Amino acid sequence: MLGEGIIQGLVETARNFFGSYVEKDRLTTVQYPEERLPLPEASRVFPFLLYDGTDPEAGLRCVACQICEKECPPRCIHIEKSKDKKPDFVGKPQAYPAVFNIDVSVCMSCQICVEVCPFDAIRMDKQFELSTTDRFGGLLWTKEELAKPNEYYKKIHPVEAAETDERRVKELADARAKAAAAEAAAKAKAAAAESKPTYQNQGHGAPGSTEGNGAAPKPAVDKVTPQ
Amino acid sequence: MSETMTAPETLDFERGEIMEMSMGPHHPSTHGVFRMDVRLEGERVVRLKPVFGYLHRNHEKIAENGAYLSAIPYTDRLDYLCSMTNNWGYVLAVEKLAGIAVPERAEYLRVIVAELTRFQNHAGLVGFMLQDMGASGTPLMYAFREREKVLDLFESLTGARMMCNYMRFGGLRVDASAVWLDEVRDLVGRLPRFVDEFENLLRANEILMARTQNVGVLSRELAVNAGVTGPMLRASGVNYDIRKVDKYGVYDRFSFRVPMGEHGDTYDRYMMRILEMRETVKILEQALRDIPGGPVIDPKVRLRGLRPKAGEAYGRIESPKGELGFFLISDGTGNPYRYRVRPPSMINLTVLEDMCLGENIADTVIILGSVDIVLGEVDR
Repeated sequence: MLGEGIIQGLVETARNFFGSYVEKDRLTTVQYPEERLPLPEASRVFPFLLYDGTDPEAGLRCVACQICEKECPPRCIHIEKSKDKKPDFVGKPQAYPAVFNIDVSVCMSCQICVEVCPFDAIRMDKQFELSTTDRFGGLLWTKEELAKPNEYYKKIHPVEAAETDERRVKELADARAKAAAAEAAAKAKAAAAESKPTYQNQGHGAPGSTEGNGAAPKPAVDKVTPQ
Repeated sequence: MSETMTAPETLDFERGEIMEMSMGPHHPSTHGVFRMDVRLEGERVVRLKPVFGYLHRNHEKIAENGAYLSAIPYTDRLDYLCSMTNNWGYVLAVEKLAGIAVPERAEYLRVIVAELTRFQNHAGLVGFMLQDMGASGTPLMYAFREREKVLDLFESLTGARMMCNYMRFGGLRVDASAVWLDEVRDLVGRLPRFVDEFENLLRANEILMARTQNVGVLSRELAVNAGVTGPMLRASGVNYDIRKVDKYGVYDRFSFRVPMGEHGDTYDRYMMRILEMRETVKILEQALRDIPGGPVIDPKVRLRGLRPKAGEAYGRIESPKGELGFFLISDGTGNPYRYRVRPPSMINLTVLEDMCLGENIADTVIILGSVDIVLGEVDR
């Protein structure tokens, strides 16, 4: 019969229309600005820089190794290495970025910078409501704008942050154990050669004194992270 | 004066004026920036020239100038509806080039995400095609409702709905959690109902049949000779599916049928998508049942600074649109010497004129819709 197919289709439309009142599966609309769905843990929009503690300058994890700058597919990262050094979280003196800019108008949120970073210094943000009227300056993010505390990272990516923190705690313990062992070895050596006059640096202190203020023991670890 | 007023010879006033018209590049039915230069005799198409290149982004040269790793996010942007299959095509070529093996679990996950991609691509395509035909809104919204569920799964797995950037040489970037796999199982359980409903919605619709049957017929011979692949080739009755021919990944372990059409008309191409969605659900069910545990990436593979030995490789997969191939030549350095994409939608587009000749101008829109093009891939 002519028109049968059309009626068949209209039955489906009616099923969907009435079904949308009872089935969540058929009505998936969300009234966005008022109503928001939680973002999944893995969600990613533009990178940011992590810092430990409360001071974004002193705690910045980035050591300006420039791997991300080199690996970034659209080359949206610009880094200038500092001339001087500051201690990192295990106490080893490291360079820091004097300039760290990300041009988010170029960035394509691919996460490759995060994958290649050996220092857990760069991570993906979830903030997506970023419209600005300043087309050039507003989309070029500097180090100050990019730096965010570890607490923020824990809030937006809890599982991932817990893994990272666990690894870093282990690294720190390893570095301290290694430093303490080296210290003990140096002491034993010094004790063995006690009869000889020595002008070894007295500032090394006891093994316990490396904790706290981050004063670096000389035999620090060679490499802080794998990869 | 008289010279400029003379009409060109092509105009035949006896039979009616031949009109040359530009459809696009901003025509809503062209799915992007694509132009069809058509000559019309009344409503009938007597010549059609596809003009593309408006979305050219220098993809191949960018990839040649970067490291192997940095080309992966760019492949997402080729066919921006199916980033997962694009990733797969590229990493398959690199794995062939560098001789990298892939863990079992990663192979299964690749099949799962690729079949989900195929499903959402076909759902989106039939929605758009029916929209072009004048079924305003309803079918497209139903299709997009389901597509969005797949994209939500992609977002929770990879972090992005469309630009997934998920696959890596020798495996995958992140493992799928048990919770995610359960969510996929849940969704796959609900998909057959959607396909049934969607098929019932318009399959027997008299208007749809009148507008698509025997419209834009692509003969078997022409399809083979022009290098057409994918659902379009199979709609013309050629049994050719790279999942069956090449058995890349673990596709030899799943039982599924390759649907085929008889007439090669627009209706067959439409039904082909519906039938493929059913087969996709079958593959997904088997893959989700059999997925093993284990790692998803070989940790020994160097992602950064990969330097394959000098040589060449061609990796190809059955993307939702056809044969997607990546041809790579390595000269032993950190970036490919030559990087070439074989885009299925561009090659399928070359037969557009043959399909449209003699049809009405209104039908070119549906015929183009049934080809399934994404301009990001056509122009690259």
